[in-house]
Amino acid sequence: MKHVIVIGGGIAGMQCAAELARGGVRVTILEKQSDTGGKLRNWHKLFPSLTPAEEVLGGLNHALKRSSEIEVRTGCEAAGVTPQRVTLATGEELECDAVVVATGFTLFDARIKEEYGYGIYDNVITSADLEQMFNSGTVSMAGGGVPRRIAFLHCVGSRDEKVCQRHCSKVCCVTGVKQAMEMKELFPSADIFNFYMDIRMFGPGYEEMYREAQQRCNIHFVRGRISEVSPMIDGRLQIKAEDTLTGRPLKIGVDMLVLLIGMRANDMNTVLEERCGLKRQPSGFMQPRDQFLHNTESNVPGIFYAGAVTAPKSVGESLNEGTAAARGVLDYLAAGEGSNKLTVAG
Amino acid sequence: MKRSSWTEYQKDIADDHYYYARSCIRQNFFPGSEKAFLNILGKDLGRDIFDDPKHTSCTGIGYHSDIVPLETIMTVVARQFALMSEAGYENFTSSCITSFGIYTEILSTWEEFPETEERTRENLYKATGREFVKPRNLAHTSDVIFHHREQIARQAKRRLVNVYTGEPLRVVEHIGCHYAKIFPKSGIGGSEFPYVLAGMVESWGGEIVDYPERRHCCGFGFRNYLVQANRGYSVANSHKKLESMAPYKPDFIVCNCPGCSMFLDKWQYTIAEMEGTTYGANGGGIPVLTYEEMAGLVLGYDPWELGMQMHQVDVEPLLDKMGVEYDPSAKYLGRNGKYIGQPEHALVNSCSQDTLYKIQR
Repeated sequence: MKHVIVIGGGIAGMQCAAELARGGVRVTILEKQSDTGGKLRNWHKLFPSLTPAEEVLGGLNHALKRSSEIEVRTGCEAAGVTPQRVTLATGEELECDAVVVATGFTLFDARIKEEYGYGIYDNVITSADLEQMFNSGTVSMAGGGVPRRIAFLHCVGSRDEKVCQRHCSKVCCVTGVKQAMEMKELFPSADIFNFYMDIRMFGPGYEEMYREAQQRCNIHFVRGRISEVSPMIDGRLQIKAEDTLTGRPLKIGVDMLVLLIGMRANDMNTVLEERCGLKRQPSGFMQPRDQFLHNTESNVPGIFYAGAVTAPKSVGESLNEGTAAARGVLDYLAAGEGSNKLTVAG
Repeated sequence: MKRSSWTEYQKDIADDHYYYARSCIRQNFFPGSEKAFLNILGKDLGRDIFDDPKHTSCTGIGYHSDIVPLETIMTVVARQFALMSEAGYENFTSSCITSFGIYTEILSTWEEFPETEERTRENLYKATGREFVKPRNLAHTSDVIFHHREQIARQAKRRLVNVYTGEPLRVVEHIGCHYAKIFPKSGIGGSEFPYVLAGMVESWGGEIVDYPERRHCCGFGFRNYLVQANRGYSVANSHKKLESMAPYKPDFIVCNCPGCSMFLDKWQYTIAEMEGTTYGANGGGIPVLTYEEMAGLVLGYDPWELGMQMHQVDVEPLLDKMGVEYDPSAKYLGRNGKYIGQPEHALVNSCSQDTLYKIQR
């Protein structure tokens, strides 16, 4: 039986492993964390349907458990990759017939944008922090109070040359809309502002959600980025921004500021490029063989990609790529080692 | 404020053997501060520092006002470095924030565009016959005091504590724009949460006040002040800061830039005369100190020796809170007890000591 190693036990890796097992292949998932599920483990609900993240994760875990041909090794980090072998950080070597790299992305560290005061002012939080608050069942200000005015800031660590993150992280816009609506649900009397550069509602149901946020939830969308955050004497946060539609500077006090942090490429991608001969894009994400017919294949035959390792993607897109990568691997294995047969990519 | 990010911005600050470059503004408005710096370094800390009479203005104010061209200022800076080498020093420390920004900018320009350094070498040689070596270490004088802040704390005669309440004094720190806003990595703590003055205040027992307009410019802005028609901008910026900090009732403001010290101090007089508004808790102004004056008070220096009588806003309320012993009647006595004149009483001044001075006179 052929053996495939999937590096990364996030949603793309899980989906890919399940599809491979269904195709009659033995699969080993290498996950550096203590459990599978990746960043979705810390997420509450998914846009635009507000499906609970645990529902999606539950389905994926069920598929993994159903197959006796899938082995999950947690706490396990890959240090080197060839199509025939994966070397672990411990030095252990695992033989295989193909590899799928599904290592995902790293959340942008909001502390780098110092002007927003994350890690310094208590009520400046990130979108990831807010999801954890939703999961814990308690959303409140640091001192336990109820926020009366909440601001969301889009594009923190995305489309920002100053922090070397020129790319769009794609999902933050709709996340900002979703989280603003969830906050309005929790705090109906709160004033909620979204500060944005552009609102990119590219997916099915996203635009409708954006309209609902404005019409039903009365969420204010201000086109302009925040320049700095400072403390006020009453404990609130002062925000300075420019409303670029009216062309006026803006200074308001808010109780809570949520930074919609972007996706950046993993540091490990440098290792994949330097030690394994895989190509990276200028953004730092891995470079697929091409953007259309071979977008789950790498430049090295036998090494495939799935999910956000190649670019920021939504949950749905990552799952689709897991399936597409599995299909590519099965075709590759069927054609025999040494040839990287063309596949129909998702 | 959980200000920890400064630890990620570290820079090398030489421990000893400094070549000292004075500031044009400070020599006029705060002459005691530069003298105090030399005394603190030389006498209190036992460090070697060379005060070179041959050096000139860096011409930074002219440069930022578009009067002095880039090639000229590069050659002037190269001459300062040549003087440093000739005096046998490698560590350059400047008293002025504008100069510090200029030196940082020019060293960076030479690094990025080596041909400009070559051209500067030619220009300097043609003009003066001199050659220069770039400093091994460049630091602002506030960096140097920051570097020695714990030694100063160990030698302290007084702390930044209110002797009546035992509470830490509440201090507004104001950082000059050209310290780190141009090159964040050249400043302790970067540009958003600089720690160079906050570190001194915390080491010496005080408490930093964070307020909404902390990062805002004092309003000097070169053209804002130098072009008379623009001075309203300058006052407006200081006004914005003072309005923002006043509710926090700071005991004093400390600055590391000559221009900021001057404007935050003297515009308080202007605002008081224009609007009748004063910002100090006692009905007067908020005292504005240089970091050398703050260090000098901590080390037990006499406030009049530090030149604090040159301030627009009276410092006596602060001296009283710190438990500093001083002779009120000696305030306007200069060297050898000579009366140096005194300003007319103004709204921003809290002290009424006319009688005392008249007796002395």
